[in-house]
Amino acid sequence: MPFRRRREIACRQAVDLMTDYLEGALSPRDRARLEVHLAECDYCVEYLAQIRATIDIAGRIEPDDLEPEALDELVSLYRRWQSD
Amino acid sequence: MDALRAGDEAAFVSLVRLYHPRLLRFAETLVPTRAVAEEVVQDTWLGVIKGIHKFEGRSSLRTWLFRVLVNRARSAGAREPRNIPLHDVDPLEGRFAANDHWRDPPETWSDRVDSKLVAEQVAARVRACLLQLPATQRQVITLRDLEGLDAADTCELLGVSVANQRVLLHRARSRVRSILDVELRGS
Repeated sequence: MPFRRRREIACRQAVDLMTDYLEGALSPRDRARLEVHLAECDYCVEYLAQIRATIDIAGRIEPDDLEPEALDELVSLYRRWQSD
Repeated sequence: MDALRAGDEAAFVSLVRLYHPRLLRFAETLVPTRAVAEEVVQDTWLGVIKGIHKFEGRSSLRTWLFRVLVNRARSAGAREPRNIPLHDVDPLEGRFAANDHWRDPPETWSDRVDSKLVAEQVAARVRACLLQLPATQRQVITLRDLEGLDAADTCELLGVSVANQRVLLHRARSRVRSILDVELRGS
């Protein structure tokens, strides 16, 4: 039986696979390819860590505070509906 | 929820305090202006007041609120915000050599974000930059990473396929990463 070499991926393809990797959406073969690449490429390990850091930072972004006028308006809307 | 159904005003107020800012933030990714977003969110609350008895608890309350919002935005003729992305190119353009290996590899900064203080300062600065993202990318990253919704709820709310959702998420995160890169590299 001929020996089938696993086709290796380079950094550009590794980066392209990272979101699907984090989503658990890669095929076992692509997942293995990416992990082989990460085992030998510190740059791509750092890039993946930066994507994880990006997700962490995004989760810390706060929405604007509630404006008191907006709350007052909604409360009077609520009271009008309740009294109808 | 029972208090709300029973007409408890305090329950309504705490719900508004908790979710109004989040609803407004998401609404701004769906409609062209802040003013329209405010109208749509107000309309959403009216829908909630009238329709709270329809909430069956099968989805989370937040997902339900977001679904009411999306429906209201659509009936308000939701069109994508008119933001013109400043640079609609691949943020990694030119970073790879012809053999697809890094030509200009990433600088190391991911460990700096381990500091809570740094992370929060950077988050505040990144917030404004999100407006540079194309609207569909901003919708997806808002739901997935800012709100922490799962992929299935995000797809359902936005009416996109799972595959398309992942592509949009990938692009959005790449862009936000490049904003972080500017903020954190070499500093």
